[in-house]
Amino acid sequence: MAGLERPQILLASDLAHGDVVFLGASGWERDCHRAKIVYDSDAAAALQAFGQAEIAKNHVVDVYLADVAVDASGAPEPLHYREKIRALGPSVRRDLGKQAWLRRSGDAM
Amino acid sequence: MTAHDPVLPSRPNAGGTTYVYDQFDAAFVRERVAEFREQVERRLAGALTEDEFRPFRLMNGLYLQLHAYMLRIAIPYGTLTARQLRQLAYIADQWDQGYGHFTTRQNLQYNWPKLVDVPDILDALADVDMHAIQTSGNCIRNITADHFAGVAADEIEDPRPTAEFLRQWSSAHSEFSFLPRKFKFAVTGAEHDRAAIMVHDIGLRIVKSPAGEIGYQVAVGGGLGRSPFICKVVREFLPRADLLAYLEAIMRTYNRFGRRDNKFKARIKILVHERGLDEIREAVEAEFAAMDRAPFAYDTQEFVRIAAFFAPPSYAKLPARSASLETAKLENRDFADFVSVNVAEHKIDGYAIVTVSLKPIGGIPGDAASHQMRVLADLAEKFGLGELRVSHAQNIILPHVKKDDLFALWRALDTAGLATANAGLVSDIISCPGLDYCSLATARSIPIAQAISRRFADLERQRRIGELGVKISGCVNACGHHHVGAIGILGLEKKGAESYQITLGGDPTFEASIGELLGPGVSAEQVPEVIEHIVEFYLAERQGDERFIDTWRRIGHQRFKELAWREGEDGSDI
Repeated sequence: MAGLERPQILLASDLAHGDVVFLGASGWERDCHRAKIVYDSDAAAALQAFGQAEIAKNHVVDVYLADVAVDASGAPEPLHYREKIRALGPSVRRDLGKQAWLRRSGDAM
Repeated sequence: MTAHDPVLPSRPNAGGTTYVYDQFDAAFVRERVAEFREQVERRLAGALTEDEFRPFRLMNGLYLQLHAYMLRIAIPYGTLTARQLRQLAYIADQWDQGYGHFTTRQNLQYNWPKLVDVPDILDALADVDMHAIQTSGNCIRNITADHFAGVAADEIEDPRPTAEFLRQWSSAHSEFSFLPRKFKFAVTGAEHDRAAIMVHDIGLRIVKSPAGEIGYQVAVGGGLGRSPFICKVVREFLPRADLLAYLEAIMRTYNRFGRRDNKFKARIKILVHERGLDEIREAVEAEFAAMDRAPFAYDTQEFVRIAAFFAPPSYAKLPARSASLETAKLENRDFADFVSVNVAEHKIDGYAIVTVSLKPIGGIPGDAASHQMRVLADLAEKFGLGELRVSHAQNIILPHVKKDDLFALWRALDTAGLATANAGLVSDIISCPGLDYCSLATARSIPIAQAISRRFADLERQRRIGELGVKISGCVNACGHHHVGAIGILGLEKKGAESYQITLGGDPTFEASIGELLGPGVSAEQVPEVIEHIVEFYLAERQGDERFIDTWRRIGHQRFKELAWREGEDGSDI
């Protein structure tokens, strides 16, 4: 078991809706903060394998791992700006995407 | 022979001068919708894998982007009726997020459709003679044309009958459905190129021979993307009778010799560049001479049938000068400015062409909310004979407005936030969606456009600067046409951060040129400052009425590069 250079999460797109989803403790989550974080290569491989199985079951598409930082509350924050945008929505339309949904549902942003 | 209804247009869908489906067209589109509905059902049921399904969804204009699916709707030659635009607004509200994005291929993109809803959206499009077929994939894409088609004062012939003729020839063309790469046509019939034909795979220019015969100058091998090239003229004059056969010969040559081993070298521009124009011309002419041309013989009756849809509408007989317009201009400075910037000469006395800018200061280039679409549809019916155009510069055109109505139209546009007087000026920025939406992008482009727009918010200053095309792409695929921007901006990733390369001297017209790199990339925050320096330098150097591109050509790129170097040495952010 080798440690990862940076912690990782698994993300994908929901097949039917196209929405970005993150693999959480008990299934796919819409909120990045609820994503399961892995710290070693075996756990990352297990996430990937789960993702591939989910593709085969036609639940999701475009599965991949992304590097994250872990904030003080233990929640993951994507490191790359591409995944930061995916986790929130368009930076030019704060009224759309996950950022709007999270605001409406009262989650802290 | 034609499969189409030979009766000339008198159908209820007609709301302007555009093609109207007959039973053959309508049945074809409905069959495609039904086919895709079944494919979606099979995908959701697990009978198709994503690898199997992807080509089907792309053939129907459906992509998977950063946040959601994206559906690209074809707007052939950029012409829309009021009824069609109203339907696009309805779809935006019913199945998307209440807006759409007009693109540089005169198409419209919805950014949030659900896969399960797409068949219903396609059916709603079919209700108004629209579809999303061939807006993606390695096939002949939506054929674009001059957005002033049929009304421009400098026009030899309306290019839209030719574009529609080619659309019908290229739709579901079995031999050209799996080309080495995508293939883009543009057509113009005017003396000034407003359709950027020289940076297309094939650019057609309608010309007149010395004997007065109408034909085509055929240019081939242009394109933007990671390797930009300007078209080369393969035939100076092609008689109309030979149009389809000659284009078949070009497409067959490309299909045969175009590279399929490397996606990045698969466009016809690379083939023309690597083999040289003479060899390509020889191959095309040999194919043209050897092929059985009978199936592609020019069908006069069919062209006449199509051209009839684009016949000029019933214009009123009006004096060239409108007294009420002149009075309104004197009484209202903002209106006068709008007329001087956004209104163009019409070929018919008493009429004008109005550009409605989708570039409000600080706005998102090309985006239109559903309520704005409805306002535009209403205004098109009230003042513009029910017709609209989409320009490749991501604006909307009302092509048939009486000069006497311009003031009332402007007031209505102003109320709807659609009267920004910046057509062709520095804030009329072409921008792709960039990394805010697009999965191919390497950097954001919309926030850069917004920042530049705000920097130059003063419209009086913009008019002093004059015509200046700023074009921004969020990756090397160049959907934002940055290569042909007088100022071009390309967003890239550099060491994990967004970085922007700036080019100068691009030109999308018949005098087409590819922009030259100014220097190393700069950060997003630095871009407006750099543009400011470039513009100030131009203003200091320009002579008389020179446009930016004229000054750049006269004094040379090196002078601008030296400016950038000096500013950097002084410690500024350039």
